[in-house]
Amino acid sequence: MTAELFIQYIFAGITYGAIYAIVAIGFNIIYNTTGIINFAQGEFVMLGGMISISLLEYMALPLAIVAAVLITMVIGALIEVVFIRWLERPSVLRMIIITIGISILIREVALHIWGESVRSLPYFIGDEITSVAILGARISPQVFWVLGTCTVMVLLLGLFFQATSIGREMRACAANRTAAILCGIDTKNMVTFSFVLSAALGALAGCVMSPITYSQYNIGTGLAIKGFTVAILGGLGSSGGAIIAGLLLGIIEAFSVSVLPLSFQEAVSIAILLLILFIRPHGLFGSKDAAGLKDF
Amino acid sequence: MKKLVLHLAIITLTCLVSLGIASAKPLKIGAILSVTGPTAFLGKPEANTLEMLVEEINGAGGINGQMIELIIKDSAGQKEKAVSYAKQLIEEEKVFAILGPTRTGSTLAIKSLCEKSGTLLISCASSKKIVDPVGRYVFKTPQNDSLAVRKIFEDMKKKGINKIAVAVGGTGFGKMGKMYSEEIASEYEITVVSTEVYAPNVTDLSSLVAKWKGNSEIQAVINWSIVPAQTILAKNMRQAGWDVPLYLSHGFGNIKYVEVGGKAVEGVIFPAGRLLVAESLPDTHPQKEVLVTYKNNYEAKFSEPVSTFGGHAYDAIMILVAALKEVGESDKEKVRDTIENMRFVGTGGVFNFSPTDHSGLGLDAFEMMTVKDGKFVPYEAN
Repeated sequence: MTAELFIQYIFAGITYGAIYAIVAIGFNIIYNTTGIINFAQGEFVMLGGMISISLLEYMALPLAIVAAVLITMVIGALIEVVFIRWLERPSVLRMIIITIGISILIREVALHIWGESVRSLPYFIGDEITSVAILGARISPQVFWVLGTCTVMVLLLGLFFQATSIGREMRACAANRTAAILCGIDTKNMVTFSFVLSAALGALAGCVMSPITYSQYNIGTGLAIKGFTVAILGGLGSSGGAIIAGLLLGIIEAFSVSVLPLSFQEAVSIAILLLILFIRPHGLFGSKDAAGLKDF
Repeated sequence: MKKLVLHLAIITLTCLVSLGIASAKPLKIGAILSVTGPTAFLGKPEANTLEMLVEEINGAGGINGQMIELIIKDSAGQKEKAVSYAKQLIEEEKVFAILGPTRTGSTLAIKSLCEKSGTLLISCASSKKIVDPVGRYVFKTPQNDSLAVRKIFEDMKKKGINKIAVAVGGTGFGKMGKMYSEEIASEYEITVVSTEVYAPNVTDLSSLVAKWKGNSEIQAVINWSIVPAQTILAKNMRQAGWDVPLYLSHGFGNIKYVEVGGKAVEGVIFPAGRLLVAESLPDTHPQKEVLVTYKNNYEAKFSEPVSTFGGHAYDAIMILVAALKEVGESDKEKVRDTIENMRFVGTGGVFNFSPTDHSGLGLDAFEMMTVKDGKFVPYEAN
């Protein structure tokens, strides 16, 4: 394999990997505050892309993206307030069914609004055929937008959880909910906030990836499965783990094409998910003891 | 009272005389099209076309004095739905004929149903498999996919291309394209170096492009698909700066795919019916009048550019109508026999049906096309 080819594969892999990682981090934020997996996470990504494409008719691209992220945040908050907030000590199973239901609901509404057609945002720089040469490999500038945006998001998120009081309160919720309540933290608001935050992450990812992957009403499910795989692989709740696992999965998928037929690409990631669930259910980077204490 | 009865009797009599005794009821024609779903770019123009034509035909007094009742069912591109709608149309609605389905897989799934019940089926899907082996009641209007493959290979041979890679979408249409391109390649001294199937909802193929680009043997790529993902390969190839000729199938004949693909699909080469370049045909061309009339009517009514897929539906219903007119009554067997021996000038080409050929189109039905400045134009090899 030549160096050029190698780099081409690597970039294809990390582009995916970054997108998977963002979806996985969205899962983690909500998982940490509520202990549930929000299966509608992929729909946030879809909404971000679709809303920004619709808004593009009325405003400039950066504005459309900001507005799309804000609208998706509101939708995230509404979902939590309407469907989840009023539940007293819901069981894990019930929460999973609820979030799956929400994801179907959002998808159907999206189908109703936008129809089946495939859309995309324009490339932020250049167009469909622009590319930059890196060590002989050619990469679309949009790939750097995806990678850049994901990096910035992860850094800001880290800062938010470490340095702001609301971030610390959310971490307190994650560590021990009862203790957090005793310290006077309004855990219900924290849960709402976690939905808003993961909606924002998903929507922004949906915008930057749209030129590459296109947006359609039903892209959420596939992303949710990949994001879930990555979240499990990295250890549920661990953002750092999600990033490493995301890049790992993306790169494995990309390189799998060089040895396996393309049609097996999806099977590779599902096989990895199953393997991890059997062998290391707490993930590559999660702690077995910590996982044992959680309901799910 | 007596007068009223007399009047009624006269009115009834006149009706019977003018309509013919058996034709008081409208003639039911079913259509199974993927108006929604992943192949909506195909099925929607087909449904539009049928509605437009039935309106026209009924406005002009119907066929042989009998109105047409068109029943369109949306299969959303799913085989299972196509099968249950076919059963419904045949058993409950007792339709005279079924037009469509849009897709190869759906057509193959209902072929035997139509054969058993003796319902005429004129499919809008392209695979040769639909009419090979020949089904007594099964016809189709799009050009055979095997012919499209040949057309592409002819062009490659002219250019001296003999090592190629083939990517197909994981649909019935794609699988047939894979089968025929592998089967026919040797006749044109072409070797298929690599074949890959991608999921219909794939979002990125840059790793596949990397793999192929690393193989310096590959001189051209065929991408055989009917789903919007067919433009993704073009995009990833151009981004990677890999500029071997890219051939697409006749499943690319809707300008909306060009809109989705943007600059990346400029210069792709694909075989298609002449509808896309109707205006540029010489006036003496036998298809010119049909093509221009249909194109103008469609574009005026729906204010969107015409596509070859709507053309397939045009051919399907007009072949049926022509046969019905020739027979003069709605007799299934007679209409079937008539179609089987018919010569028909349609949008897809000049059809010459025969008992052994229920597709009726030859290689000459195709024209090689390309995309220039976001428009379809005839392709001229240089």
